[in-house]
Amino acid sequence: MSATSTPPRTPEKGSATTTRTYADSARPLPLRLLLTRDAAVLGLLVAVVSYSVVAIPNFDSQLTIYFLVLDIAPILLIALPMTLVIVTGEIDLSVASIVAVTSVLFGVLTREGAPIALAAVLAVLAGALAGAVNGLLVTKLGLPSLAVTIGTLALYRGVAVGLLGTTAITDWPDTWTDAVTATFGESQIPVIVVPLAVAAALFGLLLHLTSFGRGLFAIGLSSESARFSGVDVERTKLVAFVLTGLVSGIAGVYFTLRYGSSRGDNATGLELQVIAAVLLGGVSIFGGRGAIPGVLGGVLLIGVIGSALRLDGQSANVIQIVTGVLLIASVVSAALLGWVSRRVRRRPPTAAEAAPPAVPTAGGM
Amino acid sequence: MPSPAAPALRLSDVSKSFGSVVALRSGSLSLDAGSIHALVGENGAGKSTLVKIIAGLYRRDGGTVEFQGQTVDFRSTAEAKAAGIAVIYQEPTLFPDLSVTENIFMGRQPTSRWGRIDRRAMRAEAAALFARLGVDVDPDRPADGLSIADQQIIEIAKALSLDARVLVMDEPTAALSGNEVERLMTVARTLRDNGCAVLFISHRFDEVFALCDTITVMRDGSYVSTDAITDVTVEEIVRRLVGREVTELYPKQDAEIGEVLLEVEGLTQPGLFTDVDLTVRAGEIVGLAGLVGAGRSEVAQAIFGVDEYAAGEVRMAGQRVPRRDPVRAMDLGLALVPEDRRRHGLVLDAPIARNITLATRGRLSRGGLLTSRRENATAKDWAARLEVKAAAMDTLAGTLSGGNQQKVVLAKWLSTAPKVLIIDEPTRGIDVGTKAEVHRLLSSLAGEGMGILMISSELPEVLGVADRVVVLCEGRKTAELSRAEATPESVMTAATAAAGPTTHGQEKVS
Repeated sequence: MSATSTPPRTPEKGSATTTRTYADSARPLPLRLLLTRDAAVLGLLVAVVSYSVVAIPNFDSQLTIYFLVLDIAPILLIALPMTLVIVTGEIDLSVASIVAVTSVLFGVLTREGAPIALAAVLAVLAGALAGAVNGLLVTKLGLPSLAVTIGTLALYRGVAVGLLGTTAITDWPDTWTDAVTATFGESQIPVIVVPLAVAAALFGLLLHLTSFGRGLFAIGLSSESARFSGVDVERTKLVAFVLTGLVSGIAGVYFTLRYGSSRGDNATGLELQVIAAVLLGGVSIFGGRGAIPGVLGGVLLIGVIGSALRLDGQSANVIQIVTGVLLIASVVSAALLGWVSRRVRRRPPTAAEAAPPAVPTAGGM
Repeated sequence: MPSPAAPALRLSDVSKSFGSVVALRSGSLSLDAGSIHALVGENGAGKSTLVKIIAGLYRRDGGTVEFQGQTVDFRSTAEAKAAGIAVIYQEPTLFPDLSVTENIFMGRQPTSRWGRIDRRAMRAEAAALFARLGVDVDPDRPADGLSIADQQIIEIAKALSLDARVLVMDEPTAALSGNEVERLMTVARTLRDNGCAVLFISHRFDEVFALCDTITVMRDGSYVSTDAITDVTVEEIVRRLVGREVTELYPKQDAEIGEVLLEVEGLTQPGLFTDVDLTVRAGEIVGLAGLVGAGRSEVAQAIFGVDEYAAGEVRMAGQRVPRRDPVRAMDLGLALVPEDRRRHGLVLDAPIARNITLATRGRLSRGGLLTSRRENATAKDWAARLEVKAAAMDTLAGTLSGGNQQKVVLAKWLSTAPKVLIIDEPTRGIDVGTKAEVHRLLSSLAGEGMGILMISSELPEVLGVADRVVVLCEGRKTAELSRAEATPESVMTAATAAAGPTTHGQEKVS
């Protein structure tokens, strides 16, 4: 009666008889490192830098590097926590407005006689508060972060402009402004590379080497499975938003001192550059994928392209167009790569399905 | 023209694999017009794959399919439908905002002159279909809010309107109450008398024997036997579909039953479950039985804290488990292997190692830092213990077979060293071999003093594995049976105890 039934196997109890062994990875290490978006971005960065050094006069001068670092500092700072937010599958569009509102608050507090250090701390805390508002609206009310942060983008910018109107506070002591733009000795290497490197290392550790970071990725890939596995989804997302607000506050203080100006329209459009850098750095807009080294590559790429175009005499509009194109290209290329790899993975069954002819013969496999 | 002797549908040695997983080895089936044919087999025996090939959802790898004497190879569900094959699934998917009539005629509405939809003709035809089926459903009401039983009737009416010659019912009664089952069986007989070939898939032998003319048994993806229903007994069929005596299947070691670990008192969430009490002791396996939709999974998820409950209390070893706080529940020694592996159990796009260590990632950290090396070491250990079949720790969990995915979920939770393991449908969708491994594992865990609360829709599993069986019916506890008291009859009686027209307010039983 039975055609080809096989008796169910009955493995020995305790499973100690044959112990399976597993490799850490199905692919060798060099291949694993090379076949990532991070590697692609860093490769692209090297190519763009090499081209610029050869083709654009003065690109390799110390002064270029100096301005490059000072210009990308706020993008880099905010890109770090933004990576955490995007890895969870959310987004924060209000960061540039938080930079503006903290910059204005910093200015107003100082003008009203607060010590600069205290004003800076309060501004940073205000940034964290702004991030907490975003995070609470997203987690407690379950609203989509895209809508929430478009709202707060307008709201925080409005508060910033409302506080100062069209005026600016430009009366900053030289000791503070010089500290931000200081360089190491006679070189043109700005001192701020040190705090930037520390921040990048801290966020790298947080994302890649802590249980909190594992939770971020799990949420981005499947927030339900994460919840069922003991990841506090709401708290994790809230922390990511608060960190983004806090770091945006730090960027606001930096921005004020770097340009010696506290204004309501500071950092307009910065969120675009931050998000472009993060996505260019290989972080998936759908969450669950990304790495800090790639993001650093993305930030540098945005910075280098901007600075090369400026040295080449291109206008700000051109730079903005290039940034926009890069943003779209990075999302499209990720989608394209995903599609290609799915096709490749699906190839064998597809071939097998196509194999039997319309009138199959017995045992067509 | 089909010859009168040709069966309405015949499958011979049909096979289908997904990658390395063989879902169907050799499926054979022959359906006659004017007859109801039962297809039985355990979960994973290949019934669903066979049905999906008939429906045109999958294409076979090998074998032949003949429809009314002609060899066919359906490339899509549309082709199968056009040929005259209709499949009624366990949970139909209707357009909730459209009326019953509109659902029946979706995509092929009768039109009057100028191409306008002829609503009156459509409505009249729908009413005529229901009359033919002998059921009372309002053709004008929206599909939203219809009971599953009524939704199935709509699907059957749709099949009838398409003049289907072959009607496949894939476990249609799993979610139905007693009266609804009766009505469905009447409808099936009507269809048979109209010359339809009906394939009826069910786990419930009482229904199979009451309704069907012929019965085919499948096991491990292969055809086993076909008999006239009058020539076989239930015992004989059960023996064939498990391939051995039932008693061998679910070994439960005798374990010393210790102190009470998990206590649930008066757990209530309106609309889902009411006043549920249960206890699980150390070394004990408690089966939570009931029909689909009885609220078993909801109770489990409320206990673990991933879902809300309105009233009641949960304690672990005397300590209060707070509401909606799975992290705290884990700390107190609870673990939940959820029913829906793909949605709740696994992060499908994450590596095996990350999945196994997700619940213990905090514990594995040293000085706040967590390395892949540590994760891989722990994950390898657990994967080896449960014999997960995979080459590398960075293999994505979603690419594993059902049984191996379940092992990964089990590894994740066992690595938390729980005192009480709640496991929801431990062997759903996994092959027979792995199934036995899972049962053996549960038994040995209980032997080591773990308390286990096992939800299962498979009666033999509940009866074979559990020391004690708690039965839920429509969200209420209707029985608590010792191992000696628990028989298929006593459990099913309790599971259908409150069944009736009370909660399915929308339905109209003819």
